[in-house]
Amino acid sequence: MAKTDEVIRVPFLMKMEYRYALGAYASRFFQELKDHGRLFGIRCPECERVYIPPRPVCGICFVETGEWVPVSDEGVLVGATVVRLPFIDPMTGERRPVPYGMGIIRLDGASTAMYHFVDETDDAKLKVGRRVKARIRANRKGNMRDIECFELVD
Amino acid sequence: MPQKVAIIGTGQTKHAAKRTDVNIRELVNEAVTRALIDAEVQLDEIDAIMIGNMEPFEGFMFPEHWAVEGWGGYLKPSVKFNTGGTVGTTTIAASYYYIAAGIYDTVLAIGFEKQSDGHTQTAITTVGDPVWERTMMAGAVGNFALMASTFIAEGGVTDEHAAKVAVKARHNGARNVNAHLQMPDLKVEDVMKSELLSWPVRKLDMCPQSDGAVAVVLTADHLAKKRCARPAWIRAVTTAHEQQYMGDSPKRLAVMRSQTAASRRLYKMVGITNPRKELDVAEIYEVASWAELAMYQNLGFCEPGEAGKLIDEGVTLMGGELPVNPSGGVLCTNPIGATAMIRVAEAALQVMGKAGEHQVPNVKTALATGYGGNAWTDAMILSASF
Repeated sequence: MAKTDEVIRVPFLMKMEYRYALGAYASRFFQELKDHGRLFGIRCPECERVYIPPRPVCGICFVETGEWVPVSDEGVLVGATVVRLPFIDPMTGERRPVPYGMGIIRLDGASTAMYHFVDETDDAKLKVGRRVKARIRANRKGNMRDIECFELVD
Repeated sequence: MPQKVAIIGTGQTKHAAKRTDVNIRELVNEAVTRALIDAEVQLDEIDAIMIGNMEPFEGFMFPEHWAVEGWGGYLKPSVKFNTGGTVGTTTIAASYYYIAAGIYDTVLAIGFEKQSDGHTQTAITTVGDPVWERTMMAGAVGNFALMASTFIAEGGVTDEHAAKVAVKARHNGARNVNAHLQMPDLKVEDVMKSELLSWPVRKLDMCPQSDGAVAVVLTADHLAKKRCARPAWIRAVTTAHEQQYMGDSPKRLAVMRSQTAASRRLYKMVGITNPRKELDVAEIYEVASWAELAMYQNLGFCEPGEAGKLIDEGVTLMGGELPVNPSGGVLCTNPIGATAMIRVAEAALQVMGKAGEHQVPNVKTALATGYGGNAWTDAMILSASF
């Protein structure tokens, strides 16, 4: 049999659509965000941590949460970076334009943090400790992108 | 009483960016054949096969199906594991539990990934929660850069410290024939001048994407003593999981609650009070130079804030007090489903005195760790005696 150095690769493209159920807690969170542009967390009665995303059980205390509490649309950057590496956006399948800012944001009144975009691409300005404010869209659909991004406020 | 468990043989492929000379089955067969030869074990002496892999990367649902063809799995008990980056250590942990429980005596553990067959950066977004996190995923590098930024904010580490870790890894890897990246002449300034991917992470701070496989033969003590002059005994194994969402863990890298908890629990199990003195070598799952620095303090090799000092003083270099990743680590070789098991295989090679050019002299106690998913941790201690 003839030996060949040629590499034959078999391409395979798979387009699959998933439909994830939000569940009771996320439904309530996103309904509030969509209808009123407000953000809520949920408090653990034992350790008093306020969780975003809201959830039925505090993982640390293993007790039922319960009390919904409003959290601010402002907070602080606990992590920050300007992404410069081109990367496929999982929502569109297209390459996401670079550079863009990202942060780990702890909202005032919340104990946990969230990852989101920050409208800043200057490495010198996008720093841990900076204050940020959510830019909430006027036309909301009830998902995380109702928060368009965060912007530096100080 | 649990059976004592030892590693009596390991096998690795030549790891590379693209092993287009083999398909996945052939790649794994290469590691399995080497492990069986190394352990001097026949296939009919293997009671069960444990397989670790991350299916989304290759887009194949049943990798364990392939275990029959060339991996020796025909009619044998076989179990598949998928725990993210930790899968290799989880697969070893499961093998250990099966043997310790007396269910099997001899187990073949396999880890593999052929990243060039799929699209890692895209598949990795499925790590994020679909409702809350996935729209904001920034790939492995962006996510890691955010974690590193929280660590830098704590103080005590600089770009130069990170670059020194990256150089250490590549110099060590150049003495390991199986390592993917071979960069014996890399300099600190080369790392600091390499492309900025996402501050503070530069190209040479990151691990590569590799094709590779590893196989490990584990057996119970009554066989280990007969089969192997110097087995690597698994003294203790533990794992620790984090809370659900990426933003749940404060100081996700600088403290990494799962790693701190798992390592302290592990040290207690074997009576280690000063890991820097009592460990002879560590093979840790460092996805980037910055992660290795954070892990020095998380694993108790130094006090918080002193990781930079540790690399400055050469403590973790070959010839230092506690060499970390003499194999070159993940910074040289990263076939994800195999990566954590390579840490165990390399720790075993060090204990068995079979690490060749990258052997640390006189290793009696070694630490191996796995890191993955939402900052969770596997950890184990291997030693020359039990």
